[in-house]
Amino acid sequence: MSTTEKNIVLHVDDVHKTFGGLHALADIDLQIEEGKTHAIIGPNGAGKSTLLNVVVGRLSPTRGAVVFNGEVLTGKAPHQINQLGIARVFQTPEIFPDLSVLQNVMAPAFAKRDGSFKLNFLSSLERQTDIRDEAEHILHDVGLYERRNTHAGALSRGDKRRMELAMCLIQHPRLLLLDEPTAGMSRHDTNTTIALLQKIKERGMTKIIIEHDMHVVFSLADRISVLAGGRIIAEGEPEEVRSNPKVQEAYLGGAHL
Amino acid sequence: MLGLSRKDTGFLIAVICLTLATPIFLQPFPETSSLAQFNAGYPDLMQRFAIYGIFVMGFNILFGLTGYLSFGHAAFLGVGSYSVVWMYKLLDYNVLPGLVLAVIMSGIFALFIGFVSLRRSGIYFSILTLAFAQMSYNLAYSVFTPLTNGETGLQVYLNDPQVLMSEGAPTSPHLFGLVMNESAKVAVGDWIFTFNVGYYFTAIIAILVFYLSLRIFRSPFGMILRAIKTNRNRLNYAGINTKPYMLTAFVISGMYAGLAGGLLAAMDPLTGAQRMQWTASGEVVLMAILGGAGTMMGPILGAGFIKYFENIFSKINESVLHQWFGWMPDGVQDFVIGVVSPFVGEGWHLTLGLLFMVVVIFLPGGIVQGALLVVGMFRRRNGHDGPKKQESASSAAQPAE
Repeated sequence: MSTTEKNIVLHVDDVHKTFGGLHALADIDLQIEEGKTHAIIGPNGAGKSTLLNVVVGRLSPTRGAVVFNGEVLTGKAPHQINQLGIARVFQTPEIFPDLSVLQNVMAPAFAKRDGSFKLNFLSSLERQTDIRDEAEHILHDVGLYERRNTHAGALSRGDKRRMELAMCLIQHPRLLLLDEPTAGMSRHDTNTTIALLQKIKERGMTKIIIEHDMHVVFSLADRISVLAGGRIIAEGEPEEVRSNPKVQEAYLGGAHL
Repeated sequence: MLGLSRKDTGFLIAVICLTLATPIFLQPFPETSSLAQFNAGYPDLMQRFAIYGIFVMGFNILFGLTGYLSFGHAAFLGVGSYSVVWMYKLLDYNVLPGLVLAVIMSGIFALFIGFVSLRRSGIYFSILTLAFAQMSYNLAYSVFTPLTNGETGLQVYLNDPQVLMSEGAPTSPHLFGLVMNESAKVAVGDWIFTFNVGYYFTAIIAILVFYLSLRIFRSPFGMILRAIKTNRNRLNYAGINTKPYMLTAFVISGMYAGLAGGLLAAMDPLTGAQRMQWTASGEVVLMAILGGAGTMMGPILGAGFIKYFENIFSKINESVLHQWFGWMPDGVQDFVIGVVSPFVGEGWHLTLGLLFMVVVIFLPGGIVQGALLVVGMFRRRNGHDGPKKQESASSAAQPAE
């Protein structure tokens, strides 16, 4: 593969992860190209979420390294990894249920503007108009502007996911990791989310997306890696992957999809 | 104004007015009435309202915002008290150097204890803080006797250096000559109001730190602390390093406690190790929860409530009960007094325990939640005449509080 002239944002280099005797990930090599949407698909238990957790620093790999823009991520704390420009949407919505929707979106913006810690206990939250305006703007984009003052805990699951997406987008990350961004959404909400993600793609944001919904994968992905049993069994353009017999056997054929 | 929104400015002004008028409205019964014993407008009690108000305000910054329950805040209270008494011994009876030292020393203590305790969360954090506080208490009793005067407690002796002491200077705590235990008594009809220097000194400090804590609550820092309470992990993935935020909150709240401890010694120039005992740490937890942790006013009301009823209930003894129930037939009277007496006087903690259980089970939001419920019921009863009132009711329930 002639990846040398392309701009690779993230290198996953020979990553292994074992839990006790279980090989959750083995020989994982991935190259994520700038501006592209890279989907990782695979049956349940294939190691998709483990791979994301290794990238964001929640898990450290048993062997191998993850390199982002020339920086080795292995051994860095989650907040340091985020500060380098990697944001993540979780599989089950991870939000601040006691804060308002607007405040949920403002919190990551402070991390982006002020760094991982700032002693700002004398400044007024009300006067952070730049961050508030941006948060309102992004809430508009995801369709939650009208609900900005409600308790985030009171949102529906689909709305929570969209809010979490807004929490990531406000940071303008260089790499956005999406762990099943449309799980638990209605067909209508799924389509709105796809449209939104396509809009971000036009802005040139790099994304890694884990998804079960093939409709979502084939409408968004530029490239697909298929994970099964902790190994990458196929990689390529959506059409290549769709017609790959190994993939059909391991995933598409084995399941009812 | 002052970096606050209009609503908060109004809130602050209301708090200032109430605090300054405390000697008047805590004296609702004329001296001649039999209810005069329920008056709370005497200096000693009012000072305690303000001081424990400061203590619990600081505790609330940690517990109310971040949800980290410290069971060792009395250690900082004790450090504050010892600092002030030491300044009396070394310099003179001016309270200012001692209070400054109290805040600095408790800050240093909190930095150390917080740094170690915050390596864990939840119950382990609570146990670590409790262990540190009990260690401090035992050290104050034994190893550090040269510093703390052990069991006897620390106080000023005639042979202490008191290098700044000049001829004719007050021999009790004062602020540049304003003696803390001096009071002006004003009689209006049958009412006697006591305006005490010590109370106003503590009240003004309480107002200043209330303002500071209001600013903290309304700052991005305060918002991040609230976010830590519900999902600390998510904040880490959002690029925020939660450790220094937690440590800062811990140190600020320790400094509040140190200031409160210093003020205790500023009102009464002696202190002992029992101020650091775990019961004192537990008391501030009760105050915060009883009043409503996480709200601005709740914990302060909780502190006032506990200190007031502690005082009133301790005063009620058997003879007072006989007075009250004297109108009952003899047998019934003895029975009623037999039932009530374990809950008053020395048994006040029994009442407090029952009350605490009721609050935690039925009103987990404390006094503030109870007050909002009552206001809500009142509004609903009168609220059928237009949509405008409903609007204001819903704005009161906004999460920004």
